[in-house]
Amino acid sequence: MTEMLPRPTARAEPAADEIPADGRRRSHTFPPESIAQIQRMAEEGHYEIRGWGAKRALPSFDDLTFLTASISRYPLEGYREKCETRTVLGSRFASKPIELDIPITIAGMSFGSLSAAAKTALGTAATAVGTSTTTGDGGMSTEERAASQLLVYQCLPSRYGFNLADLRKADAIEIVVGQGAKPGGGGMLLGQKVSDRVAGMRTLPPGVDQRSASRHPDWVGPDDLRIKIEELREATSWEKPVYVKLGATRVTNDVKLAVAAGADVVVVDGMQGGTGATQDVFLENAGIPTLPAVRQAAAALREIEMEDQVQLVVSGGIRSGSDVAKALALGADAVSLGVAPLVALGCNSRTYQRDGISHDATEDYRALGTEPGHCHKMHTGQCPVGIATQDPELEARLDAAAGARRVINYLKSVTMELTTLARACGKSDVHNLEPEDLVALTVEAAAMAGVPLAGTNWIPGEQR
Amino acid sequence: MVQVTEADTVLNCAELSTREVNAALAELPDGTHARITEPWGRHNLAVGLSNSCTIEIAGNAGYFIGGLGAGPAITVHGFVGWSVGENLMSGSITVHGNASECAGASAHGGRLVIHGDASARAGISLKGGTVLVGGDVGHMSGFMAQAGVLLVGGDAGDALGDSLYETVIYVAGRIASLGADARIEELTADDVLTVKRLVDKAGFDHIDPENVKRVASAKQLYNFDALKDQKY
Ligand code: SF4
Repeated sequence: MTEMLPRPTARAEPAADEIPADGRRRSHTFPPESIAQIQRMAEEGHYEIRGWGAKRALPSFDDLTFLTASISRYPLEGYREKCETRTVLGSRFASKPIELDIPITIAGMSFGSLSAAAKTALGTAATAVGTSTTTGDGGMSTEERAASQLLVYQCLPSRYGFNLADLRKADAIEIVVGQGAKPGGGGMLLGQKVSDRVAGMRTLPPGVDQRSASRHPDWVGPDDLRIKIEELREATSWEKPVYVKLGATRVTNDVKLAVAAGADVVVVDGMQGGTGATQDVFLENAGIPTLPAVRQAAAALREIEMEDQVQLVVSGGIRSGSDVAKALALGADAVSLGVAPLVALGCNSRTYQRDGISHDATEDYRALGTEPGHCHKMHTGQCPVGIATQDPELEARLDAAAGARRVINYLKSVTMELTTLARACGKSDVHNLEPEDLVALTVEAAAMAGVPLAGTNWIPGEQR
Repeated sequence: MVQVTEADTVLNCAELSTREVNAALAELPDGTHARITEPWGRHNLAVGLSNSCTIEIAGNAGYFIGGLGAGPAITVHGFVGWSVGENLMSGSITVHGNASECAGASAHGGRLVIHGDASARAGISLKGGTVLVGGDVGHMSGFMAQAGVLLVGGDAGDALGDSLYETVIYVAGRIASLGADARIEELTADDVLTVKRLVDKAGFDHIDPENVKRVASAKQLYNFDALKDQKY
């Protein structure tokens, strides 16, 4: 329900106060957005495909707040005392775990969906702040490997461009079982983005509307996954951490099964997670929000007494240091960001820079039927700011070095916000944040996060 | 009947872990020959190797045999489990027995030869490799196969070549049914030459190259059209 109602142009609209109140009464069941969507479907005969993530209101980390220190707990000096952010992922079986300076990583986004310049910028920024990036559904590009000091190589159902040489070049391996934006669905890259280079990397004819598989071609089910993980470890001498990424649905069981299969790290991606292209109906109606997903995943690890051996990475709509702090407090060891660093790069900006001159991209957004600040048009390949495109003209709108500086600033700011909150809670390490530091502002959030409703001792669903 | 040749290295699975076997194989100098004995269905043997050695597995083996390989020539004197030669990049795997599901899944290159039958989804997601099956293949074989060749010396199960891209499938026996967007095309002189070359390489003497069916993509699903009666 994302398109605006078509506006009649032939006839001047009467002023709002000329229409009687009853004539402007909004239908709850059929609001203008639903009417527009039905009319669009009637016109076009197919579902809506778009990028970005769920746009509807969902219970989120915004519904939690910290109980920072006062008399019962001491704060750390906010501007002076050190608060550790170092994070180690993959210490269970891998002989070379990933060591990050901050618990904030860059999520998998494909070269193909993103331009080479965008991948380079993300890699450069991640390297500068001491964190990792992740490949995506299109193989490992040379630019990305060169730019990213720590690179997680995804093993997806499509296996586009997956090969032994790149596997050996990777610092960690992520088996993607699902994605929060479309758990149970496969990838999609419409033909306008399947350039010769992208097609070559994916062994596809250029210009096809690429729809990738939702099931892995060589294993089905948790017992097979255990053997698959062993294969990848054997092929890389048990050096590299193996992550298993899950779209958040049946989180408790899926986390336990991933651990039983031998994962070093479990990545849980909530329904606010982004994508380059999928069906709107999927984005808005599948999976559970990130907030309950973290709590369920952390509880599952505790239940099987693996919380000290298997690390939990959480993703899906994380934007700020407070989101990161809340995810960590609920049990995550690290978070993974996708859309937010794209926004830092310039996604949804009104302007772009070219040759040192600022240009207004508003008309380009309008040509896609959107406005700066509202865009979700990655699927078109016509990204007005050069991020989600394979068109050389558009890609030139993104200066990788300038973009990297913006992402560095953003990641540093998020880290500062995170440590500010952690220090105020009296923690000398961000990983010491705990559920007891949080309360919920809504009954729903209290139930989902398993923390008390603010001002009470009440956690819905828990025995007193 | 296990027939093995003289080996430079013998690795006995009854005495060694999978890690020990694979670590020893990875150290083999190019041109040397190793034999793996008593595999007893062991998974993940000879995976991720890039040296140009020859390896024999003397008995039945488990999942992912020779997976991700980029060089060695592997021969299995027995049956194999799921996903033999998955993501093969180069080199060859020859199975003197039957293979379970997903044989040659996503193989980007190299040659997988199965002298017996393969089960469901043989050649699934194939990306340039050559999968040659002397016997039958099960349902959904060649599913979403993108490049390379799948040759079936026996019969093919249901939904053969569903959502094919550029892979060509040759079938000597009967085809239970074709999958979405797969069609039978006329056999050309080039196809006959290709099949002859492949059967010679595989050592199949029961396939007449002039008497196979060529299955390829009708390319009707290459571009997005959700009005295709839910065909995908
Ligand atoms: S500006 Fe570009 S990256 Fe951002 S939503 Fe629009 S198309 Fe996607």
